[in-house]
Amino acid sequence: MQQFVNTLINGASLGSIYSLMALAMILVWRSTRVVNFAQAGQAVLSTYVGLEIHRITHSYPLTLIIAIIFGALFGALVDLLLVRPLMHRVGDGPIAAVAPVIVTLGLLSAIQGFVGLIWGGEYRSFPAALSQNGFKVGLTRIPFSPFDLFILFTTLLVMLAFAYIFQRSGLGLAMRAAAFEPEVARLAGVRVARVRTIGWAFAGGAGALAGALITPTTLLAPNSLDLLLVFGFTAAVLGGLESLVGGVVGGFLLGIGLALVVTYLGSSFTFITAFVVLIAVLLLRPRGLIGQRSVRNA
Amino acid sequence: MLSIVGLTTDHGHVRALENVSFEVPAGSLTAVIGANGAGKTTLLRTLTGLTKPTSGSAHWHSHDLLSLSTEEGVRHGVAHVPEGRSVVSELTVAENLQLGALWRGKDPDVQIAREEVLSLFPRLRERLSQRADTLSGGERQMLAIARALIARPDLLLLDEPSLGLAPLVVEQIFQTLDRLRKQTGLTVVLVEQNAISALEIADNAVLLSLGKIVISGSASLIAQDTELRHAYLGY
Ligand SMILES: Nc1ncnc2c1ncn2[C@@H]1O[C@H](COP(=O)(O)OP(=O)(O)OP(=O)(O)O)[C@@H](O)[C@H]1O
Ligand SMILES: [Mg+2]
Repeated sequence: MQQFVNTLINGASLGSIYSLMALAMILVWRSTRVVNFAQAGQAVLSTYVGLEIHRITHSYPLTLIIAIIFGALFGALVDLLLVRPLMHRVGDGPIAAVAPVIVTLGLLSAIQGFVGLIWGGEYRSFPAALSQNGFKVGLTRIPFSPFDLFILFTTLLVMLAFAYIFQRSGLGLAMRAAAFEPEVARLAGVRVARVRTIGWAFAGGAGALAGALITPTTLLAPNSLDLLLVFGFTAAVLGGLESLVGGVVGGFLLGIGLALVVTYLGSSFTFITAFVVLIAVLLLRPRGLIGQRSVRNA
Repeated sequence: MLSIVGLTTDHGHVRALENVSFEVPAGSLTAVIGANGAGKTTLLRTLTGLTKPTSGSAHWHSHDLLSLSTEEGVRHGVAHVPEGRSVVSELTVAENLQLGALWRGKDPDVQIAREEVLSLFPRLRERLSQRADTLSGGERQMLAIARALIARPDLLLLDEPSLGLAPLVVEQIFQTLDRLRKQTGLTVVLVEQNAISALEIADNAVLLSLGKIVISGSASLIAQDTELRHAYLGY
């Protein structure tokens, strides 16, 4: 029983990071209809930047904040310099569906190559905010640490902030309108291109945070976040790819599910499980677990 | 005044508008009529930057409409309600209205405009917290028009507001339009298949066929021209 509870809370803390990555994927998908494979590369890059900041300042808060800001700015630049001109050029021909895939995959390997050139390929450790040694309950140490608590707390804070922005602010309204009906949004005066870039920036920041939170556990290498991309994408699909709330729920479900698999089946099953889940959702519930149809289509 | 000179728009190989020129005096209502595929929608979309013209010019007062992006046009007082009850289904009625005035920021007049728009379409007030896709077709069209009006445009471009609506609802929308422009001096370009109703409230009319102007002039004169009516309007 104790082991089951431990697995649940441990899974929740991992799941919250998957949720963040899912949010990043969903924000970009909703605003631009692009599945951003480069998100893993962007997050790796911002985490290396964080590592440099930490080497110089030895300050964890600065490390985290600068990594997030860098991730956001880089995300905005990817849209401004690459995706926006590209989408503009290809218009809406058959190439339009393929071009973003090629570009984001290309960008992913370009970033990973660049990172490898600068920092080398060996695994590096990355600082955690708090101790990663589990709390003591009585005489036993449970696999849930102060840093896990920090992860849960930080990601929940970010999700609340996103929820506020999207549901309560004018910017959020503009982002939702631009995502669902770009033409209507433009006719209402929304500067859709700019709003999209802001979406890419939010996504870049969320991805950077996810990278910085998971790396103390996974260690840092040019491709160390590839798995996070897979899990984030799976979580996003679980949530239906359109809904931010869906992505968060998907992330937690996946995190807890994978933690249960690791505990009771072994860690070699994680990757295959994520894929089985992904395929199963696509086959059985293509709109995601909580996806719904629009009410009326007259 | 809206002044359009020699406007030509191509969709690939299809010439949808050819050398179209006409003027709409400020404060007047001009009906643009013509059969399916005549180029009416293309005309409005070109005016608000949704479709790029091949040649020609269009000015609203001193603003060069063809060089403004869609979203900048809105800031110069041009509102376009496109074909097909264009609201954002996923947003509530209140949010759709708010969207229309978002660019006006914290301007205190937004609240006043919102009240005015809601009293024009009281039906919407009862449904403020409902998602737009739960509205009936007529209610959605009202919402689309309301969303445009809340920006307090001085030029309103309407694309077939009557399409698929019950005659009573059409009547109501047209009367609202007529009242509105008389009260506020709004300039209206009304694209319609429903030529009889449109010509009734219009000052002037432009008849398009295959992208070209067949005739333009006083709405009442065109409405009386039996030959034109038989040839182009089918009544
Ligand atoms: N995006 C497009 N690509 C290719 N051809 C187009 C496009 N949009 C319009 N057309 C063509 O341009 C012509 C004019 O179309 P438009 O939509 O302006 O007509 P309309 O007068 O609004 O017709 P309706 O009354 O049916 O709405 C038509 O022949 C149409 O097929
Ligand atoms: Mg049309």
